[in-house]
Amino acid sequence: MLSKLDQQQYTKRMNNRIRKNSVLQSVFFLSALFGLFVLAILIIRVVTQGFGWIDMDFLTGRLSTDPERAGIMGAILGTLWVMIVVIPVTMIVGVGTAIYLELYAKKGKFQASIQTNISNLAGVPSIVYGLLGLTVFVRLMDLGNVVLAGGLTLSLLVLPILIVAAQEAIRAVPSHLAEASYGMGATKWQTIQRVILPAALPSILTGSILSLSRAIGETAPLTVLGIPALLIPFPNGFFDTFTALPMQIYYWTLDSSLVAEYANLAAATIIVLLVLLFVLNSVAIFIRNKFQHRY
Amino acid sequence: MALKKEMQTGNRLRINEMIAENKNKKSMANIMEKIIPAILFILASITILTTLGILYTLLTEAIEFFKRVPIWEFFTTTELKPLSQNPKFGVLPLINGTIISTIIAMLIAGPIGLMSAIYLSEYASDKVRRVLKPLLEVLAGIPTIVYGFFAFTFVTPLIRSVWPEVEATNILSPGIVMGVMIIPMIASLSEDAMNSVPNAMREGSLAMGATKLETTFKVVIPAAFSGIIASFVLGISRAIGETMIVTIASGSSKNFTFDITQSMQTMTAYIVEVSGGEAAAGSTIYYSLYAVALTLFVFTLLMNLLARYVSRKFREEY
Repeated sequence: MLSKLDQQQYTKRMNNRIRKNSVLQSVFFLSALFGLFVLAILIIRVVTQGFGWIDMDFLTGRLSTDPERAGIMGAILGTLWVMIVVIPVTMIVGVGTAIYLELYAKKGKFQASIQTNISNLAGVPSIVYGLLGLTVFVRLMDLGNVVLAGGLTLSLLVLPILIVAAQEAIRAVPSHLAEASYGMGATKWQTIQRVILPAALPSILTGSILSLSRAIGETAPLTVLGIPALLIPFPNGFFDTFTALPMQIYYWTLDSSLVAEYANLAAATIIVLLVLLFVLNSVAIFIRNKFQHRY
Repeated sequence: MALKKEMQTGNRLRINEMIAENKNKKSMANIMEKIIPAILFILASITILTTLGILYTLLTEAIEFFKRVPIWEFFTTTELKPLSQNPKFGVLPLINGTIISTIIAMLIAGPIGLMSAIYLSEYASDKVRRVLKPLLEVLAGIPTIVYGFFAFTFVTPLIRSVWPEVEATNILSPGIVMGVMIIPMIASLSEDAMNSVPNAMREGSLAMGATKLETTFKVVIPAAFSGIIASFVLGISRAIGETMIVTIASGSSKNFTFDITQSMQTMTAYIVEVSGGEAAAGSTIYYSLYAVALTLFVFTLLMNLLARYVSRKFREEY
């Protein structure tokens, strides 16, 4: 039997423990909100600073040192051209690698070493890819700092992301689908081509778009390649020099200590870039929700 | 009778044709069956080639650099003056800048990321989690250049308004912003680790009269410890390799200092400065790029290997 004193102490301690729990629960909740709070400040800040500068002239104009006349059409086109390189290269190499690893490679040391290698590549800083691109594409293959060199560098950078996503997509296709196809007399490649890939396609596309949006936001490798922000002509092909939206943001941010308006231009360009990323991600989410099969 | 026989032979002919046709098709399919794995193998080897390419470029150019600058001088001296008359190449100021920015970032991202993970995994209702998690992922999807802009044009002036000694370019502001950028990574990896702790363990603890908080700290976190540590190590690796935020907001001072109000250069920022600048191919400063990049590569590789080792070695199996 507890004496009255004991019971009082017991209640007190219990209440303390409960109070501690609820206090820290709010602390945890606030930390979870902290990131969102900063995100909100960031977006509000960028929008208030840059939104007034976005108009047709800004979107379609050429680069200029005069903030009032500067436009980012060249950077938009550069980013689009890079996307045209990155999409097919990463899709073919990424999905091909994923099919090989999941469906062809014998489970063993070799397959495991490729797998380890891919996860190591995913951890290599993007700037190191820039040096690889500078040495191999710009110098060794003598492409110069053109769309193709930039696109290939960024492709290598995001490849690990897409490979892992495609592998997961292929793994998620239930084996009875493939078995039914084999049972009908289909060969392995026929099964892959007509059963497994179509079933995995929505997830692969989602992964592909997400890796693409990573690629077009990257700046560091491009700075290493020596992508200029000069008054160069618009890029018209894979072998033209180009600039891209993140590069434009970079230069304008750096120079904002010289010309204050450049900060506003950088903010306006950030809005354009974020809208582009938002559209891409929305498409990815739409594809995932609309077409993903549930087995 | 005759008619029937004719029909049979006709049928047989057609069947023979079909069989022949099928055989033809089959041989096409057989050829594909042989070619496709070879093509896929070539595609898969591109990732290996990438690794070899990185190692080859970094090593050959770095070796060239170490022929000109002794390796011990590179790693032990604190003077970095690549452009002066009498150039000095000591990498310690860059390593120092990298470590300090990483520490600042982890002081933000570690606790806040872990506490977010605790909230999401242990306290949040399903509804709240389904809203919060994607929003946190948005934070991870923002390009680093945007964070750089934010650090330089917003966070630095904000810090300077309360702490005027802070310089216009300093390591503190990009460190903090980098921490914010890493929060979602640590939160989501730690949450995964905590989610994989079986509910039976929680229920056992709660049934003994422990509060949720006690359950979290005495049962869930110890059980998920390897995953949480791995998420921290990956966060560190991410901070070491982060480039644009520090390049923009921390300037290019190569002083060896521990004063966080000052500009410091990280390894990544040095690479941007030198490669974007006028370093002619073949000059010592050009080769120094690769020596620094090799150091950076080894740092991040070690961190990634460590993360994998920790999460494998110390995983508690249930």
